[in-house]
Amino acid sequence: MKFTVDQHALADAVNWVSRSLSTRPIMTALLGIVINAEKGEVFLSGSDLETSSKAHFKADVLTPGKVLVPGRLLAEISRSLPNKTVTVELEGSRVLVNAGSAKFTLPTLSLNDYPTLPELPATTGVINSDLFAQAVAQVAIAAGRDDSLPTLTGVHIEINQDTVTLAATDRYRLAVREVQWQATQPNFETTALLRARTFAEAAKSLTGTKNVSISLAPSISNDRLAGFIAESKSMTSRMLDGTFPPYRHLLPQEVTTTAVIEVAPFLDSVHRVALVTDKTVPLRLSFTSNSVELEAGAGEEAQATEAVEILLTGEPITIAFNPTFLADGLQAVGTPFVQISFTGSNKPAILTGKTEKDGGLVENYRYLLMPMRYAS
Amino acid sequence: MSTATILHVDMDAFYASVAERDDPSLKGKAVVVGAGVRSVVLSANYQARTFGIHAAMPVSKAQRLAPHAIFIAPNHARYSEVSEHVMEIFHSFTPMVEPISLDEAFLDVTGAQRLLGTGRQIAVAIRAKVEATEGITCSVGIAPSKFIAKLASGRCKPNGILEIPSDRILTFLHPLPVKAIWGVGPKTAEALERLGLRTVADVANTPRATLIRALGEATGASLYELAWGRDYRDVVSDEPEKSISAAETFPRDIDDPEIILQEFLRLTEKASGRLRERSLFAKTISIKVRYADFTTISRSKTLPLAVDSSHDIYDVVKNLYKALRIDGARLRLVGVSLENLEADAPEQMLLGARERGWRQAEGAVDKAQARFGAGSVRPGRLIEPETPK
Repeated sequence: MKFTVDQHALADAVNWVSRSLSTRPIMTALLGIVINAEKGEVFLSGSDLETSSKAHFKADVLTPGKVLVPGRLLAEISRSLPNKTVTVELEGSRVLVNAGSAKFTLPTLSLNDYPTLPELPATTGVINSDLFAQAVAQVAIAAGRDDSLPTLTGVHIEINQDTVTLAATDRYRLAVREVQWQATQPNFETTALLRARTFAEAAKSLTGTKNVSISLAPSISNDRLAGFIAESKSMTSRMLDGTFPPYRHLLPQEVTTTAVIEVAPFLDSVHRVALVTDKTVPLRLSFTSNSVELEAGAGEEAQATEAVEILLTGEPITIAFNPTFLADGLQAVGTPFVQISFTGSNKPAILTGKTEKDGGLVENYRYLLMPMRYAS
Repeated sequence: MSTATILHVDMDAFYASVAERDDPSLKGKAVVVGAGVRSVVLSANYQARTFGIHAAMPVSKAQRLAPHAIFIAPNHARYSEVSEHVMEIFHSFTPMVEPISLDEAFLDVTGAQRLLGTGRQIAVAIRAKVEATEGITCSVGIAPSKFIAKLASGRCKPNGILEIPSDRILTFLHPLPVKAIWGVGPKTAEALERLGLRTVADVANTPRATLIRALGEATGASLYELAWGRDYRDVVSDEPEKSISAAETFPRDIDDPEIILQEFLRLTEKASGRLRERSLFAKTISIKVRYADFTTISRSKTLPLAVDSSHDIYDVVKNLYKALRIDGARLRLVGVSLENLEADAPEQMLLGARERGWRQAEGAVDKAQARFGAGSVRPGRLIEPETPK
């Protein structure tokens, strides 16, 4: 095997594929990236059995061939090579990587043990890559991190023809985003559950391409896979098992108080006031006619208070939140203003974005947050 | 810094001595507290110790060593009562009393010396008063620090006094084996042994950096300080409760996970009931299991927010147990311990949960139990099925 390629193209492809590599895979072969040089094109793939990534690029293939090389090492090397034409060549049982005056030698791993990677299911829809990454990030923030509750570490995807609804919850907050796509199959409806971290990282690294094609294996298939393709990169991911809890009924129907706040100064205040306590200690908020007072700490601990201007409608309310969860939500709405709606101090609050102080609500995203309370 | 005078007072074979005092017919005989083939020796008097019997040894082994010894069941209520009297005696000399367990305490008598005489004179007076009013003996170590005082009391047992003044600390301390240093258990001792360090002097003459490299920052540094007799801990009187625990030795070894989980639930109920009784919340929950061969392991989890409901605590206990993956192993003992206790705890409410959750429900259960007696309200899984007549 021997080919030459531009350093950028190589590094970009290797970087994408190395995302699927685990540092402690269940078999040694999975530490590797498969390089398959065919006529005029080179295909890379990597997998940890849960996700598999593939990428390809045009190259000057002098000798076709297929090898397996240590993936992390290849990623480090291709990143640090000078921006010149790179030659990759198999010599005996080693792979030589040269660019300009830089020369590297990599060992090869046995291809015999390498598993067959799954094929991408048929495309179910297409979406703008930046929109996709933003939507996934907005919900992934609310996903659980506790592996003993695996269902909650996922993002729930519900497809109803041209509407995709993404949702995630760790039981303390719930984020729901609706986004439009172009369904490629008519009358397609399905649901899927994907690990939030994998999903958000994949979506983020596909930004910059034009569109992402998404494929979701139908609910009836045994081996449930989701796939993403954008230009020369693709990824498949096994879906999580389990049933995502029904969540629509959690969105409160009635609201007694709403407060409209400018996000940036409010977020700064939240960060500052929360400095005096642990991340998990409540931040107390008192919403009155034209300001919200933030307060943290009690008794002999350090204390902090601050006030921010608001536009209040309805009854004044006092409520307490985990400051990290509140800050997550304020960042996730992604608009200059936020409307927080309340139904009571022991009931969930809803954060909704607003592009202008007296403009309409950005209804396609909602962040539900449960308050904290004291025992006594 | 002026030198402190610290006493470490330790009752001699406390449980056995109380038993002997209560039953004069036991005088002069080998007495072992700890009855039942499956339990361990809690206390052995000095006659029994001559046969090699010591605390924590299985009773079955002690019986083989000294078949003629008298084995008696512990009477914890009695020991608590005597302990209270003894602690009262300590308090009559100084308010600075730090009880370590029922039968030992540190006393800081630095300030009391002006009125009551030297440390040694106070120690003599305490020993006389304990023996006269309670009919049992104790040993007292006197030193400028807790560490040395405790070592000293251990070296003058039974019924003795040993004073180690500042200028004699190193001559006293350095010849001792490393195990004498506070906090050196079998594992650390082994690590020190590998470095060729057998005595405290060996440790003291090892560079601090070497100890830290071998044992980690905290252990290495504290070991070095202690090896030079430097211990800056104060006597802390009436320390708030540090942990609440409950454990149970099964009447026979159990391998059925169902029964083990049921026992964990019962112990959780017991420990968390006591937690709520004291209006406390626990941030760290740990479990202990002892295998049939006495190997004991424990696992703990620290939660982001302290909890007090049995339901929440049992969730953690159950997961800790399941994570051990010991289905089928025969267990002798299980235990639950609540640590990192706090006086109040905010609660992060759950989406979709009822406004009044487990915390509130269990508050009501506690009230019912206070009125109708323990066991009047219990989790369904702990209710014994009624036997058909």
